[in-house]
Formats: sequence, structure tokens, C-alpha cells
Amino acid sequence: MIEVSDLTKAYGPRAAIQNLNFTIGKGEIVGFLGPNGAGKSTTMKILTGFMPATSGTAKVAGFDVFSQAIDVKRNVGYLPENPPVYMEMIVEDYLEYAAKLHDVERGKLRSSISSAIERTGLTGVRKRIIGNLSKGYRQRVGLAQALVHNPQVLILDEPTVGLDPVQIIEIRELIKGLAGHHTVILSSHILPEVTATCQRIIVINKGHIVAQDTIEKLTTRMRQGLLFNLQVKNASAGGINAIKSISGVKSVGNEGSKLVIEIEPNQSELRDRIIEIAVSEKMGVLEFAPEKLSLEEVFLQLTTNEGAHS
Amino acid sequence: MSFKPKKIWTIAWKDFRTYFTSPIAYIIIAGFLIIMGWMFFFNLSHFNMQALQYKQMGMGKSMSITEGIIRPLYGNMNVIFLFLVPFITMRLFAEERKQQTIQLLMTSPISIAEMVVGKFFSAFFLVFTMLMLTVVYPIILWIFGNPDYGPILTSYMGTLMLSSCYVAAGVFFSSMTENQIVAGALTFAAGLFFWLINWASQSAGPVFSDILDYMSLIQHYNNFSQGIIDTTDIVFYLSFVFVSLFLSHRVLDSYRWR
Ligand SMILES: Nc1ncnc2c1ncn2[C@@H]1O[C@H](COP(=O)(O)OP(=O)(O)OP(=O)(O)O)[C@@H](O)[C@H]1O
Ligand SMILES: [Mg+2]
Repeated sequence: MIEVSDLTKAYGPRAAIQNLNFTIGKGEIVGFLGPNGAGKSTTMKILTGFMPATSGTAKVAGFDVFSQAIDVKRNVGYLPENPPVYMEMIVEDYLEYAAKLHDVERGKLRSSISSAIERTGLTGVRKRIIGNLSKGYRQRVGLAQALVHNPQVLILDEPTVGLDPVQIIEIRELIKGLAGHHTVILSSHILPEVTATCQRIIVINKGHIVAQDTIEKLTTRMRQGLLFNLQVKNASAGGINAIKSISGVKSVGNEGSKLVIEIEPNQSELRDRIIEIAVSEKMGVLEFAPEKLSLEEVFLQLTTNEGAHS
Repeated sequence: MSFKPKKIWTIAWKDFRTYFTSPIAYIIIAGFLIIMGWMFFFNLSHFNMQALQYKQMGMGKSMSITEGIIRPLYGNMNVIFLFLVPFITMRLFAEERKQQTIQLLMTSPISIAEMVVGKFFSAFFLVFTMLMLTVVYPIILWIFGNPDYGPILTSYMGTLMLSSCYVAAGVFFSSMTENQIVAGALTFAAGLFFWLINWASQSAGPVFSDILDYMSLIQHYNNFSQGIIDTTDIVFYLSFVFVSLFLSHRVLDSYRWR
């Protein structure tokens, strides 16, 4: 349903996203997770056809976001970071406008609007002026706007920002309920947000994808500890055993001259010991680098930021 | 590129209605009618006095109603629109950009051309409504006198076209900035510029002065005010509108590329 390949977007000389590659299947709910400035909104704006990419391609619902933008827009519902609501309009009129802009047929107008209002819990305020609603309700109106034409794909940029805890749960339930019928991609910079709603997450940091997998797999990978690659000239058995015997090292895999060393989490001072041993064993160290360090970094940020935002 | 009347109408109608959700539209309309009403009755009484004097002094026929009332009335109306249209058009795109509601338009299956033309018509309808409210004056003239229809009809036509040019320029300047005041001020400045551009034509060389005259918005109104419809004038006004709207299209298109 969404196919992205080598997508790059530069604002002036600075690249906001670089060579993104991912695919999202029909009916999936995917979380786009990353800290502030990671490039989530940028990617989403490209996927909605709002903004062209600098290079690379993206297909949404089978249409190219650049050359077939109108078809893409017809099949996408988009909730930007700030809900694009007109403060002076009445909720119902606004949704009617959004529906008409998205080619909803005249005969289906009433039912589409009612269904969007019901699904987002706006029944009580349908005749109210949007400017008089609370921030949370405006957010819901924005969400209703994204849903009103019953699009195949929903792109929701931080959909629960500004909502109170009860509303957050309601909106999460709503989004979960969309699975199967709609393909949903939602962004967040807090881990629990995506774990609550998404089947799969794409972690993005500084414009690069650092991981994409199911939540279970990603979290087990994190719990397993950290992996380091040690490239040596001479992978002697004695040396390997000496490294294995360091307390805190969980395992040492041997792939020719490359040793894959797993250490327990939060024991980064072990790195010194590993190097010391490797040197004293005359293994000839060529390279010592953490694997998936960026994922760890990102996760750390995502999990520690949690309190500040919810 | 798609260009569907239905989409244009959706945008035009929504924005037209928006005018009436704020007091500004009512203030503009009320101000317009008060000024126009005052001018009409001033012209009318002045005209009557003159006619009376001419009669008493036995100086024969005075000015016609067209000369004495119609021409100054609609001439003044054009000046008033020069001042009022910037207030009408300034919000059109500037507000959408500021509030970021333009993202809704830009991610809807509509083309930028439909957006621009829709916005144009929303303001055009308001100007048209204001113009229609002034039809009472010719009706009053018709009840008490015997005015020429021709110049009245062509004055309306000319005024509508001239105001369309202001509206189109307003759409353009509104698409350029997030700041409504800036958009309004630029629209007024541009309107004034194209109004007065032929002042310099007296001192300019023959070819250049023709060009300046041709570029002048008000120069093309003269024929209309005399009951003459010249295709040159119509072509000029329509081109002015087209070019302004085309430029807004360019601006909005590049807005996405930043
Ligand atoms: N219009 C712009 N002009 C220049 N740089 C921009 C523009 N928009 C975004 N950027 C930059 O691109 C990078 C990615 O921004 P983006 O808004 O996509 O991040 P994000 O992941 O959505 O962050 P957040 O969680 O804060 O919403 C940032 O470094 C940002 O400063
Ligand atoms: Mg963002």
C-alpha cells in the first residue's frame, strides 16, 4: 500500500531525511517513531503529496506521489501536526467542506459526515464553532476530517498530542479499530504511544531509518544486550576464550576474522576490557564498533522522554 | 491538471460564506452603502439645483442625467473599490498560510488552479453582491426621471471588470505572504499604481505614452462610462485578471517546494 524507496528530502543544503526505504502492506498499522527533528513530519508530507521529495520515489495506494498526486490525495486522509481547521466554521460544515474537497459523492455526504463524527466522538459538539472547542476536540475534528472520505490510507502526524488521558485511550482504540480496513501510518516520539496501537514500528533518527520490525522483536533485541563487532587480524582461540571469560560478556560469536561480542546492557565500560584483552592476546585489532548503537540511542531517548510528553 | 467547476464552486462558496462569519464583511458593506448613498444624494441634489437654475435663467437644457449623475457616481464607486477590495482579498491565502489550513487544500485532490480560481470567485461574489445592492440608485432615477439605460449597464460592466482586476491582484498578493496587512497594503499599492500609471504619459514619448495609457486600469473604464463597449478594454481587463491569477498559481506551487 505504501512503497518508499531511496526517499530523500533536503531543505536547502540540509537533508531532513536520507534514503529511506520501507514498505507498508494493506491494513497494517505502522508507527513512525523518532525523536524531535528526526524527519517524521517531512516523510509524511511527502507521502501525502503535499511536498515533493528531492530524490527517490514513493507510491501510495499504487500511485506515485509526485506524478499522480491527485490520485494519491483522493486515497489518503491526512492529519498534520496542527489540525488544519477553520476556527470560524461549524464542525459539521467543516467536515462537509473536507468531504467535498475529497470527492465524496453528494448522496453519501450526510452519512460520511455522521460516521466521521460518531467515530471521533464529536456528536455532542457537531453544531459548535471550532474556534470555541478545546484543543483536544480540535484534534478530534482534525482526525474526523482525515476519516471523512473513508480513505484507504491514513497518515496521522502525532494524532494524540494535546489530548487528555481518557481521550488518548479513546483515540488509540479508534485507530486500532481501523486496522484491516485502512492502512495507517502514525508518528510519535514516545514509545508507549506506538506500542499501544501499532503492529510494527519504523524507528527513524536524524533522517535515517535505524530499525523496522515488530515491537516484540525490537524489544527483545534491546533486552538481549548490546552487540559489538570486533574485527581482528588473528582470531586465535585463546584470545576468544579470554574475551569470553570477562564477566559481563554474554557471548562471543566467531565469523572468520570478525568477532560478534554481546555484552549485558549498561556495561559500556566493558569495552575497555575487551580491547585490553584483544591487545594483550596480540590479536591485531582492526576495528571495534558497536552494532545498532543508533537504535539503542534512539530507544533511550524515546523511553526517557516518555514522562515529559504524556 | 484538473479544473472542475464543482471544486471551484466548493471553495468559492465556503470562502464567500466565511466573509459573513466575521463583522468585517458587514462593516465593509455598510461603509460602502453609506458612502455610495451619500454620494448619490449629493449628486442628485446638486444636479437638480443646477437643472433648476438653468431653467430659471432660460439657458436651455442642462447636463444629461448620464453626465450629471451616472458618470460621477460610478466613477466614484471605482475609487471606493480601490480602497475596499484589499480588505476583502487580504485574508484569502494569507490566513490559510498562517493557520496552516492550506495543508488541507494542498492535500486534497484539487489542483492549485482550482484553488486560485475558487478564491478569486469568493471575493468576486462579494464585490458583485455589493454592486447589486447599488441597483437601487438607477431604480430611483428611473422612477423620477428618464435616464439612459446604456451607460448605466456599461458602467456596471466596467466597474465589475475593474474590480475584478483589484480582486485578482489581491489574490496574488495574498498568496505571497502570511501577513494579511502586508497583502492588503500591497494590493492597494498595486491598484493605485495601475490606476495612475498613465499620469506620466503626458511627458513620455509617443510610443511609450501609448503603452502607459494601455496599461492604465482607469483608462479602459472611460469607454464603459460613456456607454461604449470596446473589446480592447474587455481583453485588457481579462488579461490583467488572468496574469494575476497565473502568478498566484506560480507562487503557491513554489510554496510547496521550499
Ligand atoms: N520548512 C523547513 N525548512 C527548513 N528545515 C526544515 C523545514 N521543515 C523541517 N525542517 C528540518 O527538517 C528536519 C526534520 O523535521 P521534521 O519536522 O520532519 O521532524 P519530526 O520528526 O516531525 O520532528 P517532531 O517530532 O519535532 O515533529 C528538522 O531538522 C527540521 O529542522
Ligand atoms: Mg513532526
